This record gives sequence, structure tokens and C-alpha cells, in this order.
Amino acid sequence: MRSAKMLTAVGLLAGTSLLLAGCASSTPAAEPKNVELRMTVWTANEDQLALFDDIADQYIAEHPEVKSITFEPLPFEDYTTTLTTQVAGGKAPDLAWILENAALDFVDSGALAPIQDTLEKTDGYEFDDLSDAATALWQKDGELIAYPFSTSPFVMFANDDLLRAAGQPTAAELQAAGKWNWEGISEVGAAVNAATGKAGFVVRDFDYTSWDNLASVWMGWGAEPWGDDGASCEFDSPEMVDAFTFLHEAAFDKKSMPGPGTTADFFAGESAFTVTQISRASVLPDSGFAWDLLPLPEGPEGEYSMVGQAGIGVMATGKNAPVAADFLAFFSNPENSKKLAQWFPPARTSQLSTETLAAANPVLSADQIENVVIPGIETGVVRPGHTDSAKVGQTVRAALDAIWTPDADIEESLIGVCDAVEPLLGK
Amino acid sequence: MTTLIKSPVGRASARPGGRRPLTHLQRDALAGYLFVAPQVLGIAAFVLVPLALVIYFSFHEWNVLANTFTFVGVANFERFLADPQVAPVMRTTGIFSVALVFFNISLALLLAVMLNRSLAGITFFRTLFFSPVVVSLVAWTIVWGFLFQDNGGVNGALELVGVDGPNWLREGPTAMVAVVIVQVFKNVGLNMVLFLAALQGVPQELQEAARMDGAGPRTIFTRIVMPLISPTILLTFIITIVGSLQVFAQIAVLTQGGPGISTTVLVYYLFQQAFLFGEFGYGSVLSLVLFLIVLVLTVVQWQLRKKWVFYEN
Repeated sequence: MRSAKMLTAVGLLAGTSLLLAGCASSTPAAEPKNVELRMTVWTANEDQLALFDDIADQYIAEHPEVKSITFEPLPFEDYTTTLTTQVAGGKAPDLAWILENAALDFVDSGALAPIQDTLEKTDGYEFDDLSDAATALWQKDGELIAYPFSTSPFVMFANDDLLRAAGQPTAAELQAAGKWNWEGISEVGAAVNAATGKAGFVVRDFDYTSWDNLASVWMGWGAEPWGDDGASCEFDSPEMVDAFTFLHEAAFDKKSMPGPGTTADFFAGESAFTVTQISRASVLPDSGFAWDLLPLPEGPEGEYSMVGQAGIGVMATGKNAPVAADFLAFFSNPENSKKLAQWFPPARTSQLSTETLAAANPVLSADQIENVVIPGIETGVVRPGHTDSAKVGQTVRAALDAIWTPDADIEESLIGVCDAVEPLLGK
Repeated sequence: MTTLIKSPVGRASARPGGRRPLTHLQRDALAGYLFVAPQVLGIAAFVLVPLALVIYFSFHEWNVLANTFTFVGVANFERFLADPQVAPVMRTTGIFSVALVFFNISLALLLAVMLNRSLAGITFFRTLFFSPVVVSLVAWTIVWGFLFQDNGGVNGALELVGVDGPNWLREGPTAMVAVVIVQVFKNVGLNMVLFLAALQGVPQELQEAARMDGAGPRTIFTRIVMPLISPTILLTFIITIVGSLQVFAQIAVLTQGGPGISTTVLVYYLFQQAFLFGEFGYGSVLSLVLFLIVLVLTVVQWQLRKKWVFYEN
């Protein structure tokens, strides 16, 4: 009897709920109130966060329905994993920075809400000013899914003091002598290591694990990890074998590059050269040594450039997605894009000028911006990415470990990489 | 003489509209339930419910980014049986566990025997060997990571005695050795203290009687001391084996499962599948396998205790 009463009550409650839900859906959606937005980022730089807060405060002042906007820094090393775990736990942020190597996963999966319509309809946004090259990675079926807020070229920084101390030519002298190529860098780097015990050149953030950073080297040999369709492995191509042979010799024979298990921080004065993104220039004034900035050295295939990108996406599962998209339009409008340009080279064609970038980057000279930064952005190829990026990345990392021993058979090892990763590429 | 005592319950039930007071037995039962309630709730929330969810997830494919959750039957279990990585991962897990249990128990017992004596300053040495137990695991591992670098402290020390040390964390066999060393020194102090307590409970008169009967130190240790501390040995075995199967932070910090997959143990493989690759269904299957391995090993050891634990027969 008691059960029957309980069932009746539950049934009535459910019926009423459905009725109410039906009524609710037939009425216009209520205006959002007290919206609290959260954006995950991987920077903990206080100046950058202060600028984000400043932009957010301006937006809140104009939008009383938005109560707060929080920027949540997550550790860079585990950023995508942490973000995905938040999504899995039902705690997805409203907006998120997306790394370019995970771009295809986020853009193709439907995890991000399309933003193009909102950006185009925002007054004064100048959507057509966004460069095609910068937005290519962040589109699905011709529609922009995430905003590429940073298009940062990879460049070569040089420690001229260390080069002089080792009796070697400075970076500018090397370039003037026509030796600004990988062989020349490796030769000078080996001499620096022999004379001072410090490292020659360092591919920053590679550390024998984050292998995709090596694209900044192998592109000079015309190599690529997989074909244009992403389905065929190209690690065993002759170009890639040559590029890895160069790297292996640099690490184990010439000692121009720190070997596995050895670290050297260029910004602490521990290496003569480092390949990294231009955004790192901001820490150089505190480094205490004379430095220079040049484009990536030439490889056997000649000049080339590579860019790293980062996007901002609106999470589709967020209950405030329309408001989040509107905030993104404000965050990336021409005025704020110019402010952000001091750390994040913009995707706006009109702002890729020496004047704009020089004003935003006091650390860099006009020459460096004109000859290194702007050409790097305009011609740079995006670092390689693939769907199922984490699994592909881990599989390649594990297989590439065979190369990083003194007696490795480079060609066989790279065939092993293809054997391991090919089943994943075809999916 | 038999005295009939009138039940207080009967009197209470006669009160119009009054709540019937609890009997003594009911009060005892209520108190008992209240005492165990926090533990029962904790186990339900943090063990039973997650275990049920893991079983549920293992029959599904959950694409977090696409926000899809699909029933796939036993496909994840079939994948486990066909996964070419499972065999090397299991082998690595076995090697790590056996090495850890052997070196940890042996060293802990040796240290306990050496420190089970009344000498000036013995407390200092006991504290010294126990101190790693209270150090943060991640901090401990990071420091060892620096020491095991190619140009780190370990190879620096080896160089002093003319030995050219290996690149510990970058070569398969030595990477496993390094991980085992880090874990052995981290937890050997805990087992040492347990053994020390057990050794101090061994009656001196039994050892003296054996000595008077002509038994040497080795015989006294193997025939008198070991049987008497066998319950503690069983306890440390179970704790250490279960702990060895749960090792994660050391692998994540020191090697990330490499070089290759030479230090990818089952827990780390599970982490990779579930949290790095977003394969929560397959990760759940791996969790169940780990759960079953720990369960079987614990039950087997518990059953075997009657054969080799002194007090159990």
C-alpha cells in the first residue's frame, strides 16, 4: 500500500516536471543573469593575467548580466589532460585555450561551439582581417571553431657573450659569413661545448620526449612526419633519416646538443643557441648576457619557418556558451588584440606591421621584427598535429626512444616508428 | 526462586501517544551502527560506488570530447585480450613488483636486525632510515630524478671511484633499476619499523634457551626469531605487494613509462589509456584487471598464512 502511494507520488512529480518542462520550452529563453565565466589558460604570468583581468573588467562593466570572469591557470605540461578530465567530470570551463597539437581533436570532435557567427556579427570586429593562414587549423567545414589568439614563430636565440667567450663568431657574424645553417650551428655549438663545457644548441622543450618540437629542425631537410592526408607515415623517409642522423650526431658525436638526460637552459646562460618561440623574448632582459635573435637556420632544403599556435575555444557543453562566445569576440576585437600582441602575435593581418609589433614588444628591435618575426608568421608552417594526438604522440615518443642511444640504427629505428604509429594514422 | 520482571516496554506501550523507548539491545545496536556508519559510508562512497561505476564504464565507450557514451558490450575486454602492449606491461609490472618486494623486505629486515640493539645513538639511525617515509613522494622522486641524470649526483659519485655510470633513466634496464631504487629507499623505513617492533616482541628467554642448547646465531634467527615474527612478515609482504602494484608517481616523474615502454607498469598504462588518451572504457577494464590481481594475490597470501605463519596453526 505504502509502495503504491510512493509510486503514485513519484509518477505525479515526474508528470508535473515534464509538463513544466514542456511549458518552459515553448516560452522564449530567459535572459541570462549572474553569469560566471571561467577560462582555462596555461600561463601563470602575472602581467598576462593582469591584462586578461583588465579586459574582463571592461567587458563586465558593459554587460551587467556577467557577474565574474575567471582565468584559471593550469600547468602547461598536463594542460590538455587536465582540461579533458575537467570535461569528463562535468566541470568543463566556458572557454579554454587549446594547444595546436590538440587542435584537430577539439575542432573535429564537436567539443567546441562554433564562434564564427558571433564574431562576424560583433560591431567593429573586422572578421575579414583574420589571416587565412592563421585560421586554417581552427576551422571545420569552412567555419571558424576556435580563435587563433597566438601565432608565434619559432626562431633562434643566440648568446653572443658565450660565443665570444668560446672564441666563436657571434650570431650576426655567422649569418654575415653565410654560415647560418644547421651544419654551421652544430660546428660552432660543438666548439662552444669543447671550450666552455656549456651546451651548443638546444631545441627548447624537446627534452627527448616532446618530439614534435624537432619539427623546427627536420623542416630544414624537407621532412614531415606523415603525409598530407595524415594517413601515411613519413618518419622513414630519406629526408627524415637525414634529419635524425644530423640530430644523433649532434647529441652523441659532436656533443653540440645536450644528450638525453642532460638539461641546459639557454635563458640561464647554459647554451649558445636555442630554438624556441618568439614569445620567450620577454624573459631575455633579465638574462644578463648579450643576445641576438635570428630566423631558423637553413637546412639542406634552404630557408623555412615554423609557427606554434594557440586557440581559444568556447566549450559546447557549457551552459553559458552564447555569453562565452560574446566575451571571446570582445577579448579578441582589434583593440584588445593589439594589447595582447605584446605576448601573443596576432592573427590580424592589419596588426602584422613593424609599427604595431614594435610598440607591443619593446624587447625586440625593429630589424628583428621586420626580418624575423613578420616573415616567420607570414610563411611559417604550423607544428605537426594529428587527430588522436595524445595516443599518436605517445606512440611516436616510445618508438623514437630507440634512436637516443649512442649506437642506434637510425633508419631501422625510424622504420620502427612507422610500424608503431601507422595503425593509428589510418583511423 | 524465580522472579518475574515486568517488561518496561509493556508499560511504555501503554502510554497514549507516547514514543516507545528503545530496549537496551536496540540502544546497543544503534550505537554500534552509528560507530561503523562513517566507515561504511566512506567505503561505499570511495570504494563500492567507484567499483560499480568502473564495471559499468568498462562496457561502454566514452568519448569525452564528442560527449558520447555508447554501450559496446564486451568489446573493451576483447581489446584487452588482443592488446599487444598488455604482455610487456604485465611483464614490467611483475619485474617491478618482485624486485621491489625482494629488496624492500630483505633490506628492511636487515636494517631492523642491525638496529635492534641498545647502543648509544641508535635512535638517530632509526630516525634516519625512517625519515624518507614522511617525505613528500613527489619531492623525493624529483630529487632522485636529478641525481639519476646523466651528469647527476649518482654518476658523479661513481666517477669518484673510477666507474663510468650509465645514463640511468634513458636506458631500459637501468631505468627500471632506478625506479626500484627510488621506491625501495622511500618505503624501506616503514617495513623496518614494523620488523623492529616485531623483533622487540621476541622473548629473550627463548633465544637464550636455544643458545644454551648449542644453537648458533643463524639457527636462532631462522628457527626462533623468523617464526615468531612471521605474522609481521606476512603483513609487510601484503602491504609491499599491494603498494608495488599501485606505483605511479615515481614512473610519471622519472620516466613517463620510458624509454620505450620499459617502465610502463599496469597503473601507468591505465593512466595513459584513461586520462591521456581519453579511453575511459578501456581504462576501466585495466582497473578491473588490477583490482582482480590485487584481490587474488591478497587472498592467496592470506590462505597461505596457515602454512608459514607461526601463530596461525
